[in-house]
Amino acid sequence: MSETKIQIKKLYKIFGKNPKSALEQVNDGVNKDELLEKHNHVLGLKDINLDIKEKSIQVVMGLSGSGKSTLIRHINRLIEPTDGSVVVDGEDVLKMNDESLRNFRRTKTAMVFQRFALLPHKTVLENTLFGLHIQNVDEKEANTRARRWIDRVGLSGYEEKYPQHLSGGMQQRVGLARALTNDGEILLMDEAFSALDPLIRKDMQDILLELQDELHKTVVFITHDLDEALKIGDRIAILKDGIMDQEGIPADILLSPKTQYVKDFVEDVNRARVIKAKHIMSKLNGQDRDNAMFVDQDDFIDRFIDKVISDKPSCLIVKNKSNDEIGYLSTKRLSEILKR
Amino acid sequence: MEDFLSEFPELSRETLRFIKKGFDASYRAFSREYGDAIEAVFDPVLYFLVWFEKLLQNSPWPIVLICFLAVIYFGSRKVSVTIGSLFAFLLIGIFGMWEDTMSTVSIIGVCTMLSIGIGIPVGVLMAKSERAQRICTPILDVMQTMPSFVYLIPVVMLLGIGKIPGLLAVVIYAIPPIIRLTNLGIREVDKEVLEAADAFGANPRQKLFQVQLPLALPTIFAGINQTIMMALAMVVIASMIGVKGLGQPVLKAITNQYFAMGLFNGLAIVALAIIFDRVSQSFGHRIQQHRSGSRE
Repeated sequence: MSETKIQIKKLYKIFGKNPKSALEQVNDGVNKDELLEKHNHVLGLKDINLDIKEKSIQVVMGLSGSGKSTLIRHINRLIEPTDGSVVVDGEDVLKMNDESLRNFRRTKTAMVFQRFALLPHKTVLENTLFGLHIQNVDEKEANTRARRWIDRVGLSGYEEKYPQHLSGGMQQRVGLARALTNDGEILLMDEAFSALDPLIRKDMQDILLELQDELHKTVVFITHDLDEALKIGDRIAILKDGIMDQEGIPADILLSPKTQYVKDFVEDVNRARVIKAKHIMSKLNGQDRDNAMFVDQDDFIDRFIDKVISDKPSCLIVKNKSNDEIGYLSTKRLSEILKR
Repeated sequence: MEDFLSEFPELSRETLRFIKKGFDASYRAFSREYGDAIEAVFDPVLYFLVWFEKLLQNSPWPIVLICFLAVIYFGSRKVSVTIGSLFAFLLIGIFGMWEDTMSTVSIIGVCTMLSIGIGIPVGVLMAKSERAQRICTPILDVMQTMPSFVYLIPVVMLLGIGKIPGLLAVVIYAIPPIIRLTNLGIREVDKEVLEAADAFGANPRQKLFQVQLPLALPTIFAGINQTIMMALAMVVIASMIGVKGLGQPVLKAITNQYFAMGLFNGLAIVALAIIFDRVSQSFGHRIQQHRSGSRE
C-alpha cells in the first residue's frame, strides 16, 4: 500500500471570540447547535482524523456548512486550527514559521478554487505564470512550463486573452493550468467544478482523471456532489456538521453506509456504475467452471450485466490483471446488490 | 433657576480670553522657535515648484502648448479632447491669462504629485491596519470639513505668506479622496483572489504589488481625479495667501466688483478642470483594458 502523504490528527476548528474555552465545552459534549445558541461560537470541525494516501485522489464530501472547505484550508494553513495537527511528509504544517510556510505553499501545494480566483488584470498566460513569478523562477523557463500546461488543458491560442472573455469552464482550465504549472505534489481542489454546467463539469472531471493517470499527484478534492465523488475519488470522506461520518473506498460507502445520513445520501445512486466486480466477489471454493462467465476485477457491474442477463451463466469468475482467478460472484448476490 | 434655564452656563469672559490668549501665545512661541526649521523642510518642494513654474512661463508658448497637447493626447488617446483643449488654451492666451494659467497648472501639478505620493502609501497603510484606519478616518473627516480659512491661520503664522502655505492648504484639502479611495479599493479586492495569492505563497509585498494595487487601480484613479478637481477648487482660496495664478484676478474681481474679469478667469479655471478631468478619466479607463477586450 502507498505511503501516507497528509496526516490530519484530532483537528478542531471553532469560529468565534474565544475558541479555546469553547473547545472545552465541545469536549464536555456540547453539540453544534447548543454551542451556537448558548456560547455564540460556531463549530467548524470536530475531531477530524484522516490519512491521505500518496498519489491518490481523496474526496471530501458534504453539504454546505459541513466544514469541507474549512478542512481543505487547514492543509495549506489558510485557516489556523483551534486544536490538532496537520502533518505533510512528516513535517507539521502548523509549526512552520512564515517563511517556511510560504516555501511549503510555493513548492509542495497548489490550489484550485470554486470561483476560479483568477487575476482579472492579467492574461491567461500571466495568470498561469503567477505561481512561478512568486517564486522568481527564470522568465524563459517559466514561460515554457506555463505554455506546456496551457496546451495540456486545451487552451492553446487563448494565452493573450483576459479571463473575463472566457467561459466558466475555460476559466477553470486556467485555474487548473495555474495549479499544475506550480508542480507541487499536492493538488487541493475546493469545489473546483461545482460552478460549472453539468456537461462541462463532466469534461473537467475527465481531464482531471486523465492527468492524474500520468501525474500521480496527491489530490484532495472537495465536492457536494456524490456522483462526482464516486467518479473521481479513490477514497471518500463524508462530513456532516463538522464531524466525519464515514471514510473509505466508494464501494464500501455504498454497500455499508455507517450512519443514517450516509445511507440517505447513497440511496439513489446507480450502483452498477460505481461498484466493480472485485468489491463484491467472494472467495473461490470449487465453483463449477461449466457455463461460468469470466470478468475483470476492475469492471463495473454495468459493463457485464447485459451479458449476464442474455447468457445466464451459472456464476461469474473474477480475474485479475495477470489473468489469475481471484474470486467468484453468484448471480443471486449480483441481483441482491442491484436491488439493494 | 430661571436664569439657569434661559442662559447657557458659560465660562466667564476673562477665562475664555485667558484660554485663547494662552493658546495663541504658545503657538506663536512654537512658530518662532521652529518656524524656520519647518520651512527648511519644505525647501526642496519650493525649489521644484518655482523651477516648474518658471519653466512653463519662460519657455516659448508654442512649445509649452505643443507639450500640453502631446500629454493630453497620449493620456486620453482622444482627438476630440485634444482639439477641445487646443481651443481652450488659445482662448486663454488671447484673453491675456496665459501666464496666470501656467502658475495655476504648476501648483496644481505639484499638489497632485504630492497628494499621490503621500496619499497612496497612507491609503495602503489604512487598508492593512484596522488601527491606522481608526486613527486616520476622523483626521480625514476634519480635513474635509474644517473650513479652509481656519487651518490657513496657523499655516500662515508658521510659514508666513507665500507658495508653501498655499501648497499645504491645497494638499490638506485635496488629499482625502485619494487616501479614502486607495483604502476602499484595496479593501474591496475579492477575498478569494487574495486567498489564491496566499495559497501560492505570495509574501505581503508580492500580494500588494501584484494583486491588491493593480485590482484597486480603477478606484485609486477615481481618487486621483477627485483630488485634482478639489485642488482646482482651492485655487482662489490659496491666492489669498499669496499663491500666484488664476485665483488672484478672481480675488481682485470680488473686492472691486469687476464682473467680466471674474468671469474670464473663472471660465479659465473651469476649462482647466474639464481638461484635467477628461484626460485623467480616459487614462483611468484605458488602464482597465482587460474589462473590454484582449491585449492588442
